[in-house]
Amino acid sequence: MSSGSEVISSYSSSSSSSSIMAESVIQEMPPAMCLEKPSVDFSYVGIDAILEQMRRKAMKQGFELNIMVVGQSGLGKSTLMNTLFKSKVSRKSFLGTAEEKIPKTIEIKSISHDVEEKGVRMKLTVIDTPGFGDQINNENCWQPIMKFINDQYEQYLQEEINIDRKKRIPDSRVHCCIYFIPPTGHCLRPLDVEFMRRLSKVVNIVPVIAKADTLTLEERDFFKKKIREELRANGIDVYPQKEFDEDAEDRTINEKIREMIPFAVVGSDQEYQVNGRRLLGRKTKWGTIEVENIAHCEFAYLRDLLIRTHMQNIKDITSSIHYEMYRVRRLNENNTQANGLGDHHPASHEI
Amino acid sequence: DVPSGVSAGIIWTRRVTATFDSHPKENRHFTKYLQFSCAQMASPDVVRQMDKNARPLALSGHVGFDSLPDQLVNKSTSQGFCFNILCIGETGIGKSTLMDTLFNTNFENFESSHFEPKVKLRAQTYDLQESNVRLKLTVVNTVGFGDQMNKQESYQHIVDYIDTQFESYLQEELKIKRSLHNYHDSRIHACLYFIAPSGHSLKSLDLVTMKKLDSKVNIIPVIAKADTISKSELHKFKIKIMSELVSNGVQIYQFPIDDETVAKINTAMNGHLPFAVVGSTEEVNIGNKMVKARQYPWGVVQVENENHCDFVKLREMLICVNMEDLREQTHTRHYELYRRCKLEEMGFKDTDPECKPVSLQQTYEAKRQEFLGELQRREEEMRQTFVQRVKEKEAELKDAERELQGKFEQLKRLHADEKSKLEEKRRSLEEEMSAFSKRRAATELLQAQAFNASTNNKKDKDRKNSGFM
Repeated sequence: MSSGSEVISSYSSSSSSSSIMAESVIQEMPPAMCLEKPSVDFSYVGIDAILEQMRRKAMKQGFELNIMVVGQSGLGKSTLMNTLFKSKVSRKSFLGTAEEKIPKTIEIKSISHDVEEKGVRMKLTVIDTPGFGDQINNENCWQPIMKFINDQYEQYLQEEINIDRKKRIPDSRVHCCIYFIPPTGHCLRPLDVEFMRRLSKVVNIVPVIAKADTLTLEERDFFKKKIREELRANGIDVYPQKEFDEDAEDRTINEKIREMIPFAVVGSDQEYQVNGRRLLGRKTKWGTIEVENIAHCEFAYLRDLLIRTHMQNIKDITSSIHYEMYRVRRLNENNTQANGLGDHHPASHEI
Repeated sequence: DVPSGVSAGIIWTRRVTATFDSHPKENRHFTKYLQFSCAQMASPDVVRQMDKNARPLALSGHVGFDSLPDQLVNKSTSQGFCFNILCIGETGIGKSTLMDTLFNTNFENFESSHFEPKVKLRAQTYDLQESNVRLKLTVVNTVGFGDQMNKQESYQHIVDYIDTQFESYLQEELKIKRSLHNYHDSRIHACLYFIAPSGHSLKSLDLVTMKKLDSKVNIIPVIAKADTISKSELHKFKIKIMSELVSNGVQIYQFPIDDETVAKINTAMNGHLPFAVVGSTEEVNIGNKMVKARQYPWGVVQVENENHCDFVKLREMLICVNMEDLREQTHTRHYELYRRCKLEEMGFKDTDPECKPVSLQQTYEAKRQEFLGELQRREEEMRQTFVQRVKEKEAELKDAERELQGKFEQLKRLHADEKSKLEEKRRSLEEEMSAFSKRRAATELLQAQAFNASTNNKKDKDRKNSGFM
């Protein structure tokens, strides 16, 4: 801390609640007075101890995080989750055995784990969507996913408007949806565009280029540029959304991130010996791809964005923007239905 | 030299500098104690079951979400914090001075008169900042508490004020388009109840007020002006107060003991309640250091000396250790209770008579329909009344018009009569005039003839006369 702690008190206009209690509350505004006293040694009040208190409370309560992974089968979704959280959070499904087939319809599978690191407890829920994009006819494949996301919002809303409600409403809302783009190297497919267009309005989407070890660096850059252009052309706002930047500092950081998305990732949960160190990677005949080496792939950036720096921000945007939008739509729906204007409004789920 | 007039948003330039290094040793130690305890929690043999649905999972490497609390704290720091304190106590008992001392600032309070007819509340909001933490502090003081002859209604305004703050938060929460994150939370987080240092027991006003408030706000009783009580008396006084509170069923705020980090210090402090405090913003030189104190001929009472009074304990508990807990209790206990009661009062239930869960939405819709129906009915009524009145007025006006018309006709007739009469008169006058002028002409003629005749005679006479000559 460069400057010493100071207690600066500034008077601001009095609370606005007085309009109701006109009689019994006097709005006092002290006369304008400027006091300049020479520096005196006052002791520390302790207001900044509230940061410690908040931290303590947060550690005691624990955190919740719900991540959804969407993409065709075989793109490495489960592996990436396992790499991100350094443990077997997703069960990998291998094709070839008779029991495990590609599902005929999209399923939504949600698995929760309790993880702890340095005293910080988190309930991590990974929501898998096997079957997405795997059918011959993929029209409307976003519908079950959209429905699931809206169902979670609905569940939260119902609990919130209860009269007798829980102290801490369990948060099952999807905070972040990682969308896996197959590494074709050309451009986005119609399926990708449709999905992202619809879902970016209700959830934070983080697109990633899966299995990026099949692209050279030039191909990767070209692909990324193309994707960014297409996203812009279709009006798709992925995380971090431009309109939710809070201040200049935020904007600079987020601009840097927006220049780099989608991240080209490689996942692996196997360790190999490289230069005397054990690293996560994929071993091939022509070399070993180090997952956490930013010269090889951008996994480290994705991990930093999702977990180390922007996790709280992702949750905040979900709760204060996406959820609030859902709530407004829902409550307005009821109103218009009551007034007999229900047919004028398009169904809120399908945009 | 205080200029009169009011201007909001004046920023005081009184700076209170306290660099991190000049913290009193105890405080720094305490903060370090907290940090140390947090690290202790990471011991691997601590097993906690968070949720029955989630299986515990071991991580095989450093993932990085241990920065989550930091991210959360950073967000809160940039948003700033809100804290609202209500001070209840008799006039002159030292509420403002204690607030000044607690927060090391001069809040520019006026001395109130003792002749207030009713208890009033005065709320003032300040922006304080210490290191990188911004606090929006609202201090609400009672004005004229305990001064009236009849104190039966004294607590009512305080209860109403607290309820109003809950109500406005509830309104914001129920809005369709709401902004809870930017909402300036004005709910009272802590209530300092100032007990007069009589040395005997609580006054009945104190008991009645605290009983009314204990389910609405976190009450922290303090003994004011504690330098007027001796140590032994103080001990007895504290015991008496606590036993009276217990026997009357008053639930004061207990510092939380469920968190191991602070359980020890909170339990100890719970035993020191109510805190005997002395407030002072004046400085006295004690052993080459300027300390806040009150100087008497027989000695100096040092505010921050724990042997002299419990001020440091109050500051520790209220600000350094439990501020967040106070806020949380207010939101999860007192506010929820208010919300539940209010919604039930308005007729909402979670389950209908058949014990099937009824959503708030449905009940709300039903009520809304009712209300709209009522509104429509009233509108119809008003419209009918309006139409009726219009008809009546029209009829009235028509009558008036007819009357007016009749009068007009009458006047016209009168006028015509008058006119004809006048015509008559004029004619007769004219006749008279013509008759008169005829007569005059005739008379003149006669006169002229007569004159001619006489002049002829005169001429004749003259001729005759002249003839003779």
